[in-house]
Amino acid sequence: MNKVVANAHAAISDVQDGMTLMLGGFGLCGIPENLIAALVQKNVKNLTCISNNAGVDDFGIGLMLQQRQVKKMISSYVGENAEFERQLLSGELEVELIPQGTLATRCMAAGYGMPAVFTPAGVGTEVAEGKETRVFNGKTYLMEMAFEADFALVKAWKGDTQGNLIFRATARNFNPLMAMAGKTTIAEVEELVPAGELDPDAIHTPGIYVHRIFQGKDYEKRIEQRTVKPR
Amino acid sequence: MLNKEQIAQRIARELRNGMYVNLGIGIPTLVANYVPEEMTIVLQSENGLLGMGPFPFDGEEDPDLINAGKQTITTIPGSVFFDSAMSFGMIRAGKVDLTVLGAMEVADNGDIANWKIPGKMVKGMGGAMDLVASAKNIIVAMQHCSRDGKSKLLSSCTLPITGLGCVKKVVSDLGVFDIDHRGFVLLERAPGISVETIVASTEGRLFVPDEVPEMTF
Repeated sequence: MNKVVANAHAAISDVQDGMTLMLGGFGLCGIPENLIAALVQKNVKNLTCISNNAGVDDFGIGLMLQQRQVKKMISSYVGENAEFERQLLSGELEVELIPQGTLATRCMAAGYGMPAVFTPAGVGTEVAEGKETRVFNGKTYLMEMAFEADFALVKAWKGDTQGNLIFRATARNFNPLMAMAGKTTIAEVEELVPAGELDPDAIHTPGIYVHRIFQGKDYEKRIEQRTVKPR
Repeated sequence: MLNKEQIAQRIARELRNGMYVNLGIGIPTLVANYVPEEMTIVLQSENGLLGMGPFPFDGEEDPDLINAGKQTITTIPGSVFFDSAMSFGMIRAGKVDLTVLGAMEVADNGDIANWKIPGKMVKGMGGAMDLVASAKNIIVAMQHCSRDGKSKLLSSCTLPITGLGCVKKVVSDLGVFDIDHRGFVLLERAPGISVETIVASTEGRLFVPDEVPEMTF
């Protein structure tokens, strides 16, 4: 079993206009840089993107927003992107803001084969509008549905030819959850190794969830808030 | 009147040894600078880290290692990484002992609004709705009044709600308040701030005990 594809362009060859994509990463940390670049080049349109954030103006999903490739964003926090806010306030872009834990858990539910989960996040708020609620032990919970996505695009640190993935530090974030949730999951990795080289105990995402994998290149790994202390 | 550092310093007095604590963006982040030396506090960053260390030295930043405010950080002995579902799992399950976050408005029944100003600011709630819905103990760090002098401690929130009845304590630039069935209960005054000033600056129900000590730093 070999899931390796040549590069990002080959990996997204069947992504089409109007599809729903999940994109891993938190802020610019752990985003699938190569796959986003390929989507920008391919210029597929009318996408629904599920991603915790929307990048910044000139990097990450921000690049897709510039080209008006995104019809709808489902995110928890979009504060770092002026173009995003402009498109949102002018009504050009449809946006569904949902709590971060809800976003993570709706991905997880999809990967665990559960149609819905119950969470107290958002009870009594705009987020609860139109949603079914249930009371357990005196506390009210919202029913949140598992996500459905045509493709999940994730970035891992290491991966093997069978699609097993290992993430690094806080670049893990939503990546393993989205990897479980895509109808088709594509992983780009910093280091691609033959099956058998990764310690089975150390693998975060079992390859059964991953359909295509390739070694990415030219990682920029841009830092949003470089914060240091003097020596 | 307390400055931002003093608000953080006052909140740090609520810390107890061995607590797992989530600090929000802004003033709450500063609380980490005032953890007493003899105390062990484990900071949770909701993007997927327990055991958040200080900022790195210049040149040692790791783009794969950031906190929930997207700042570069470090790990410390005992640190652990996990995915965002587990991160909010431990929050939802009540494992995090204390959550400190900022607010635009707090109501005297514990409601909080801090994620949206309709038509103006739409940044999103991030993890705030998850945190306030599940945290056992929530302390809010905030300015008591807006720039044009309007109280932000209200009888009911005017902005879109983040969570209902969840705030237990407020530390503002004017004082420290518990929230219970009496509304805002004034516990301490900021240095040089009179009870009368606090009464005049608080739109929500305010309970003033006979003795209201002045904070010292």
